[in-house]
Parts: sequence; C-alpha cells; structure tokens
Amino acid sequence: MSTFHRTTAEMVTPRPPPPLSRGVIGWLRANLFSSWFNAAMTLLAVYLLWLLVPGILRWGLLDADFAGTTRFDCQSAGACWAWVDQRIYQFLYGFYPPEQAWRVNLALTLLIPALLPVLFDRMPGARWARWFSLAYPFVAAFLLVGGYGLAEVPTDRFGGFMLNVAVGLAGILLSLPFGILLALGRRSQLPLVRLLSTAFIETFRGIPLVTFMFAAALLLPIFLPPRFNLDLIMRVIILVTMYASAYIAEVVRGGLQSLPRGQYEAAQALGLGYWRAMRLVILPQALKVSIPGIVNTFIALFKDTTLVIVIGLFDILNIGTSMIANPNWLGLGTEVYAFISIFFFVICFAMSRYSLHLERRLDVGR
Amino acid sequence: MAASGPSVARAWSNERVRALVVQAAVLAGIVALLAWLVANTAHNLETRGLKTGFGFLKDPAFFDINQKLIEYSSRSSFGRALLVGLLNTLLVSALGIVAATILGFAAGMLRLSRNWLMARLATAYVEFTRNVPLLLQLIFWWSLLTGLPGVQDSLSLGNVAFLNNRGARLPAPSAEPGFGMVLAGAGMAVVAAIAVSAWAKRRRLATGRGFPVAAIAIGLIVGVPTTLFLALGQPLAWDVPQPGRFNFTGGIQVTPELVALWWALSVYTGAFIAEGVRGGILSVARGQTEAAYALGLSRGATMRKVVLPQALCAIVPPLTSQYLNLTKNSSLAVAIGYQDLVSVGGTVLNQSGRALEVVSIWIVVYLGLSLLTSLFMNWYNRRIALVER
Repeated sequence: MSTFHRTTAEMVTPRPPPPLSRGVIGWLRANLFSSWFNAAMTLLAVYLLWLLVPGILRWGLLDADFAGTTRFDCQSAGACWAWVDQRIYQFLYGFYPPEQAWRVNLALTLLIPALLPVLFDRMPGARWARWFSLAYPFVAAFLLVGGYGLAEVPTDRFGGFMLNVAVGLAGILLSLPFGILLALGRRSQLPLVRLLSTAFIETFRGIPLVTFMFAAALLLPIFLPPRFNLDLIMRVIILVTMYASAYIAEVVRGGLQSLPRGQYEAAQALGLGYWRAMRLVILPQALKVSIPGIVNTFIALFKDTTLVIVIGLFDILNIGTSMIANPNWLGLGTEVYAFISIFFFVICFAMSRYSLHLERRLDVGR
Repeated sequence: MAASGPSVARAWSNERVRALVVQAAVLAGIVALLAWLVANTAHNLETRGLKTGFGFLKDPAFFDINQKLIEYSSRSSFGRALLVGLLNTLLVSALGIVAATILGFAAGMLRLSRNWLMARLATAYVEFTRNVPLLLQLIFWWSLLTGLPGVQDSLSLGNVAFLNNRGARLPAPSAEPGFGMVLAGAGMAVVAAIAVSAWAKRRRLATGRGFPVAAIAIGLIVGVPTTLFLALGQPLAWDVPQPGRFNFTGGIQVTPELVALWWALSVYTGAFIAEGVRGGILSVARGQTEAAYALGLSRGATMRKVVLPQALCAIVPPLTSQYLNLTKNSSLAVAIGYQDLVSVGGTVLNQSGRALEVVSIWIVVYLGLSLLTSLFMNWYNRRIALVER
C-alpha cells in the first residue's frame, strides 16, 4: 500500500472569483438580474421610478416658486410654496398669541427632561427627575393655558400643529394610569373586576374615534352637570384619554403576560401584598417591555388627532384646508397636503424607528 | 366595639371575604357613577326640553342621500336613512378589505423579494403610508378626484368608462335570459372543484400520489361558465355610458367620495397588512426554507407549500385587527361627505337633535360589526391553525 502525498511549503493564494460575480456587476447580477423574472421586476421598478421621481422633483423643487405674497406671484409651472413663509406661524401655533408663543416652545422643550428619566433608568439622579416627569402634564397645562400670573390664553386660540401635539400628548400621558389599572383589572382574580375591565376595553376599541369626537362635542355636555361647563378641547382630551386608555391597557397586558410566572410567585413568596407586588416587582418590568407598544400607540393616536376637524377644531390639517379656500391661495391643495404629510412623516417615522430600536434592545436583554 | 376589632381583621385576612368586599365596593362605585351620569342626563334633557326614545326613527328624514344601495328618498324615515348609511359603510369596508388584502400581501412579499430595487420601493410605500395620517391621505385623494376635468372633458378609458370631477362612470352589466344558466354553471363548477380537491387530498393522504388540483379547479371554474356563456350567445349586455348634453346617460355612476375613501382605506390598511405579512413570513424558521430547498422544491413551491401555510397562522390575528381598523376607519367618510353610517347619523343628529340615540346606534352597530368580524376570523384562524402531531 502506498499513498501519495503532495505537499507545498507555501499557502496557495486563493484565486479571485470570476469577474462577473464580483463588484458592481456581481452585485447587480445577484440582486437585480438573478433570473428573467427578477430582471422583469427590476425593469418595472425602474420604469415606476422614472415615472415618479423626475416629475415630483421638477414639480416640487426645480419648477417651483418660493417667494410671493399670493398665489398670483407664482408664475412657473411647478408648485407654489410662497404661502409657507406667510402662514407658517398659523400652521404651527394656530391662533395662539404670537407674543406668548414662547410658552408653547418651552412646554415642548420641557418634554425632553420629563421623558429622559423614564426612558433611561440608569441616568444619574433618575429617581428625583421622575418627580418632574410626574409633574410635567400639569406644568405643560399651566404654561399653555396660563393663569396665576401668566396671561391667560383661552383654549379656543389653540390650533395648528400645537393642537395636534397637545391633544396627542395629553391623551397618551393621561391614559397611562387608566390603561395600567384596566390592564391589571383584566388580569385580576376578581371576576367582576375582570368583566368590567374587559367590557370597557373591548367596547372602546370597537368604536371608531370619530364617534368619540361627536360624543365630546354633543354628548359629554349632556352627561355632566351644567356647572362643569368644560370647553371643547378639554372634552376632546377627556374622550381621547378614554379611547387611548383602552389601547394602552392592551399594550400593558401584553407586557404583564410576557413576565414569567415565577416573578409573581416570587413576589408572593416574599410576603408582598397585591399592590406592593405590582408596584415593586411586576409593573417596573412589565412597563419597560411595554414602552415600544406605548410609543406605537402614541404614533397612532398622534396621527388620529387630525380627526378633530370633524368637530370644527383648527388643527394643522384644518388650517391647511381652510387656507386653500382663501382666494389668495386657492387651489394649492397638493402643496399644502404634501407639506403636512412631510411634517407628520418625519415625526412618526422617527418615533417608529425609535420604538423598533427599543424593541430590539429589550429583546436582547432577555 | 373592642371585640369586633380582631374578628374584622380575621375576616379581612380571609381571601374570599376580601374578594367579595372589594368587588362589592367596585360595583357600588360603578353604580354610583352611572346613577350620577343618568341623573345629570335626565336633568339636562329636561332643562333643554329634549325628548328621548327611538320613536323618531319613523319620522320622515327630509334630506337626500346620493349614494344608496336600496330605495331611499327624502320622504323616507330616519331609520331608513341610517340603514342606507350602514349599507354604505359595509360596501366601502368590503371593497376596501379585498383591495387592502391584495395590496398588503403583494407589498409584504415584495419587501422580502430578492430584487433589491423592488424591496426598497415596497419599503418606501409601507413606511410613507403608515406614518402619514389617514385623514390627510383621504382628503388628498379626494381633492385629486374632484380636481379632475368636468363632465365635458371627461377622461375616457377606451370610450367605455369615464372619469370626471363627478366621479367615475362605468359600464353596467345587465343580465339577459340565459345568464342564470351561466351563474348556475359557475356555481356547479365551484362545487365540482371543491369535490375534486377533497378527493385529491384523500387520495394523496392514502397513496401519496399527487394530482394537479389547482389547474383542474381553475379550468373548471373558468372554463364551464365561459363555455356556457359563449354557447348561449353571450347573454350579458353592457350598458355603456353615453356622453349626453349635461351628463352621461346609462352606466353606473360611482361617486368620487366612494372612490377616494375606498382607495385611501386600501392603500393605508394595505401598508399595515404588508407589515403583518412580512412579520409572518419572517417568523417561519429559516430551517423550513432550507429543508424545502434541500428537498428540491423550487422557490415558488417553497413559498406556496412550506412557508405561507405556516406564516398564515402568524398573519391572521393581525390581519383580523387590520380588517376591524379598516371598518372603523371607514367612518372618516364624514370628512369628505361619503354617506356612511357616521355621516348619515351626523345629519340625522342635526335634524332631530337626538344625540344620545344616534351615538348609541353607532356604538351598537360598530360593536356588532367588530364582533362579527372577529368571530369569522377566529373561526378561520382555528381552521388554519397548525395541527401538531
């Protein structure tokens, strides 16, 4: 028996892959032209892009007019953006007195220190900063409405994008405590509590938000004693809060269900009562898992705040639609809708990316 | 008093007693709240001189509805008007669900396509649509449709369908004698196709031999009615719209509101469905795909026979909630004046002043719709659930 060995002293350098599978050409072949079907799809996609992109660019930027005081100053074939400069204040702040606009800005800026200790629990001083987070809704409401030394701004001056943000934020922040209680109620051992919570959640999730808007405008004044006399925006916030708490409840319930049983049992074994077990052991973990879901609920709610136009409030969309009925800016619908879309898109897209990032991070942590 | 202390404490430490007491307290609180609301309501209605009760539904409505599926005139009752609105809600929801499902599945699969460019395009569609308010999209499409040229300069699609600022004018099919036969033939073909597929499945389970079920079923369902249709001398006439002096005559008029609402709902919900479909497909373990390739299945067959059946279990629950969302979102119709349940209800409310009654009708109807949809989808979900052996 003899075996043949062939040995070399040096490593054989690998030969480069065939040129057609490398570099740009290789990438194109693998990703765009791997089969006739794939190639057809690529051509279709290129055709679609060729139809859309140059037209949109030409209309929106290249052929567009940016300066002027009425639409008649826009002479070119493209979009007319002259109104942006004229009307941006109304789009952002509605009818809020311009000399008081700093209060809106401050309220929005204070949101950052209010959110930081909630999102980053390892932040130094988070324990103390959380008191500010709890107080934030009241601080913001005080800044916006005024009183106690600040000039009072009646809520019917609220409008524009600020109204969307205010209703969305108020709805989500106020609905958190109710949502948590409802979620606990739905998982409660007590049949009556469970039944009532489930009924509330399912009813409020089954009804469209438009109905709540009408109820805020027409029904709530009938339900409450005349001396309550809340203004329309307050009533909208109350009903939006009820609506959102049903959704938050489901998100939190998901978080509660994701905890292993052992956590509940360990808390009981330590002799903690129901509320202390929830406050010290269960909720801190469950809420952390729920943050992405809460952010998603907020995105949905924030987009839905545009529904206030059905009861005649002037949010950013209604300011836009009423502007294009003005003879000076008649017929600029596409421009206005494109502008508002970009506004919402940037904010909602950023938040949805953030929630996705949180979801991934939480997934890794477990 | 002194003696009752320990016994109360003892009773309180008994879990069942405590549960009873807590529930009684909750019940008392809810009842008190409801009583307060009812008392307020009664007082407010009295001071405003408003009547209650559903008797007003029989009163004549005195307003017109241009989009109607059943007989309705301004002499009809409020109840009839609400029924017309409900049917319009159902119409746009059903149309929207069909289109959104198709769009959603297409976009969801395209996002996972190996074609880089198509995947990017699908992602752009999904991300943009999901992050812009539906109401804004709806108003945008509606403004585009109502901005189309007037009746005189309608855009013509092959001279059979026309688009103008009053909506779309489509040819209307009208059945002639013998068309019933074609329909009956189609029905029989469907039954036959189901029978064939059941038989083929039984044979496959028993013997392992395959059978070209899909080809035969499609052949039956398409072939039988087509043959009958041709054999009976094409018993279907198309009422093609004719340009008249002021408007078209003949054909079906579809309002721009219906088109805009249907399109906006489909595009918006389609993006959410696409995410569900993508998530469902990704949730199928990679080993399943690899095993299918190892068995020599083609990419298409792997998708159809291995991945999709398993993905469906993960797709159906979010799909259900998207269908429910679409139905609820159809109420945005009120913003563009499509006469759905909420829009008609709003008019009824203004005319009759019966806020309480109208809102409760809305609540009952929407809850009923969502209950029906979830019952159906839960049934479907159970049917397709993985049977673990």
